[in-house]
Amino acid sequence: MSKVPMALEELHRSENQLAAELLRISDRHKADHEVHHVARDIARWSQEHVRELARIARDHDLTLDPEPAHDPSLLAKVRQKGDELLGRHHETSLLLLADLRQVHKEAAGVSLDWEVLAQTAQALKDTELLELAERCHPETLRQMRWANAKVKESSAQVMVTP
Amino acid sequence: MFAAAVHGYGSTMATSPDAVDRIAEPWGTRTPYDAGERWPARVDQHLQDGVAPGDVDRWVQTASILHSNGDGIDIAVKDGRIVGVRGREVDRVNHGRLDPKDLYGWQANHSADRLTRPLVRRDGELVETDWDTAMDAVAGRTRELLDEHGPSSIGFYTSGQLFLEEYYTLGLIGHGGIGTNHMDGNTRLCTATAAEALKESFGCDGQPGSYTDIDHADVIALYGHNMAETQVVLWTRILDRLEGSDPPALVCVDPRLTPVARAAREHGVHLAPRPGTNVMLMNALLRELFDNGWVDQEYVDAHAVGFDELEKQLADYTVERAAEVCDVPADDLRRAARLIGTAERLLSTVLQGFYQSHQATAAAVQVNNIHIVRGMLGRPGCGLLQMNGQPTAENTRECGADGDLPAFRNWSNDDHVNDLARVWNIDPMQIPHYTAPTHLMQMMRYVEDGSIRFLYVSCTNPAVSLPELRRIRSILSQERLFLVVQDIFLSETAQLADVVLPAATWGEKTGTFTNADRTVHLSEKAVEPPGEARSDLDIFIDYAHRLGLKDKDGAPLVKWSTPEEAFEAWKECTRGRPCDYTGLSYDKLRGGSGVQWPCNDENPDGIERLYADGRFWAAPDYCESYGRDLVTGAPVEPQEYKALNPDGKAVIKAAEYLPPHELVSEEHPFQLITGRTIYHFHTRTKTGRAPELRAAAPEVWVEVSESDAADRGWQEGDELRITTSRGEVAARLRITGVRRGVLFLPFHYGYWDEPGGHEPAEHGRAANELTMTDWDPASKQPLFKTAAAHAVLAEGGAR
Repeated sequence: MSKVPMALEELHRSENQLAAELLRISDRHKADHEVHHVARDIARWSQEHVRELARIARDHDLTLDPEPAHDPSLLAKVRQKGDELLGRHHETSLLLLADLRQVHKEAAGVSLDWEVLAQTAQALKDTELLELAERCHPETLRQMRWANAKVKESSAQVMVTP
Repeated sequence: MFAAAVHGYGSTMATSPDAVDRIAEPWGTRTPYDAGERWPARVDQHLQDGVAPGDVDRWVQTASILHSNGDGIDIAVKDGRIVGVRGREVDRVNHGRLDPKDLYGWQANHSADRLTRPLVRRDGELVETDWDTAMDAVAGRTRELLDEHGPSSIGFYTSGQLFLEEYYTLGLIGHGGIGTNHMDGNTRLCTATAAEALKESFGCDGQPGSYTDIDHADVIALYGHNMAETQVVLWTRILDRLEGSDPPALVCVDPRLTPVARAAREHGVHLAPRPGTNVMLMNALLRELFDNGWVDQEYVDAHAVGFDELEKQLADYTVERAAEVCDVPADDLRRAARLIGTAERLLSTVLQGFYQSHQATAAAVQVNNIHIVRGMLGRPGCGLLQMNGQPTAENTRECGADGDLPAFRNWSNDDHVNDLARVWNIDPMQIPHYTAPTHLMQMMRYVEDGSIRFLYVSCTNPAVSLPELRRIRSILSQERLFLVVQDIFLSETAQLADVVLPAATWGEKTGTFTNADRTVHLSEKAVEPPGEARSDLDIFIDYAHRLGLKDKDGAPLVKWSTPEEAFEAWKECTRGRPCDYTGLSYDKLRGGSGVQWPCNDENPDGIERLYADGRFWAAPDYCESYGRDLVTGAPVEPQEYKALNPDGKAVIKAAEYLPPHELVSEEHPFQLITGRTIYHFHTRTKTGRAPELRAAAPEVWVEVSESDAADRGWQEGDELRITTSRGEVAARLRITGVRRGVLFLPFHYGYWDEPGGHEPAEHGRAANELTMTDWDPASKQPLFKTAAAHAVLAEGGAR
């Protein structure tokens, strides 16, 4: 008996969590417009992966919710408003670094999960599963690179200027 | 009166320039020609009333700075004053023709409200002072901040309208002297996507095509490019081909029924997609090329990487899907694809309809992809023009005043940084290159959060031209910010400054600049600047000396004091780089036509088209950029690029379509886009002060489609209130052929000639009261064509 359902379940969970993390960073940094918009754009990738995982899970007798977990919108509004009010303070940019670090960590976890699934699919010669991993995993890597690049871009200004 | 003589090259006729009202007929009379022929000359001229050509003391050579076309001009001087202009017949760009903005715009030089003395803020008011006091204040505050907060507290925001020599000097001061990474030009608003798209596809900035491709093309595709109003003279070149015996077919992509779109309806296809869907449209066109076998596989195999990824990406982008998402008839998409796919000599041009729209770089790159997969580069007629919006934007990019390293050096290649340090005789560590240069909108964010405390703005007007003006005004008005504005008028931005430095302008200083097809022009000083105004170059050099900026041997960092010396220094900086200027000199540029770069010992007359025979500047050790992720904007790491493109081929980059970030709703049912009119340039600082141009378009208006107006009972001339969540604008209604559901506002109108001065007194007039803060993640160009808006009839606003 393979452990594919377990791997799918774990990925489904971690992708959902990554999507939520990206939406959270988007809300918390509304005054950093690029973070706000891009985080939402690439949260869609994780949400799409969640749907794809739920679809393929059926072939493995596993039921996963195809609807990505939702961020309560009221809380999102509060976060967005909070950032608009704090946008004039340089100190809050430290929070941005911390939040990007969290995205990077989550995305790295998801990436490893896809790695595990791809290896499993190859061993089982499950081409459909392998094809899914090959399609989704590059987007996870792009999410991770985004977080890395934003840290690289912002850290000097955050750390050096008073 | 200038005679209606026959000019130029045998078969040519020229018009009597003053016989045609160029406000009513901005493109003037036709001089038809056929494919492969030389475009006939037509010399346009306008002299001040009462001045005859015989009265002119001298004609002084220059080129246009009121648009990006780079038309060669002679300035007429009489008694030490500018009294008119004439197109330069010998110039390769315009063959004598002039844009109406050039015919009349020079009058702004004489305006009574020119800045003639420096101003400093005392007790809240701007008061006149002397240069020493003003410059000591500027240099003093810079020094203070450098000591207390370091170079990251200093930012520079410049223009696309200064001269090459000035940008290069500013870049040296900022990067080599002060050591800040925060430098950008307003080219970020107009041409950043052109540069980024070229970097993505060819590893390097540099316009592949030439204006002369119009003389050869059998199909011309204009993507979001209202050339008729933005590059007037270039459009007359197309109009003259259209009147010839073998006119090219046109494809126009634009949600407005522009003069270009009208011509395309007659001579080809007009596609009017829903704003924000350009990538969807481009992908569907590319997919049609693939499906019909209109691909030069041999070229692609030999000269490009990334073809398979594009093919994979296009799987979902059928014409039917695009027809639905873009709301464009499927048959029109097929017809357009057929024209593009079967063209033998395809010329494509791209401008703000792509650059300032959602997914800007991704869409512009797909135009490059068309030329790569069709193998249509580097041959007559097979031109690709990623256009500029401003006259000297190319120099902002080349010289590093947009933050990039000079002469297309790569900030993430240590060898390039070391080489630049050698040219500048400084320690490489002095040049900030730990990350990509800080783009304008991010600089504004750093001013907002207080980490940038000094902003030096030259020759640009962010208080009208940036998105979401209420935010911008509040950022620029902060007490903790020291704002320096160097300009020729007391612009909206200058009114917020702590120090205002009066500058000389075109005709009052000497320098060079380069247009969108790499043509370098010399612009000579014709008259003295008013009062105590000084050239931007002199001001920058004064600033450097007051700061005591030195090279590593203790000699002054800026080693030149005249424009020509600066140009000679720049030539050395470009040696061996793609934009090689070493074969040029002021003497060579004097008297004849402008000359295209690269111009060096090997190519003494310049190179007309880049990338002939599929040779690119994309090799990992030579290229300017490794590119970025088109969705996330993350820079591609050097080792990734080396693996992807070891042999320096063209890079085919696929892009997925993403929905726009602000969608229409019940509350905000219209899509708002902004743009230009032929009669004005930017924030009207000059064109608003030329009587003919001012009268031609005196007031802001809003364009609405006939069906939207009918649905709401609006009439032509009604006053509307247009609102978004960010602000409100009052404008009179013009019913036009704009797409249903779309509102168009011209972006030129601000407040300098209104009671509010720098802000709305009552109702907004600047389109940017309404636009949203969002930018393309790859090019960092702000998006001005992506807001959801509401419009109502003003109380008592019915005409």
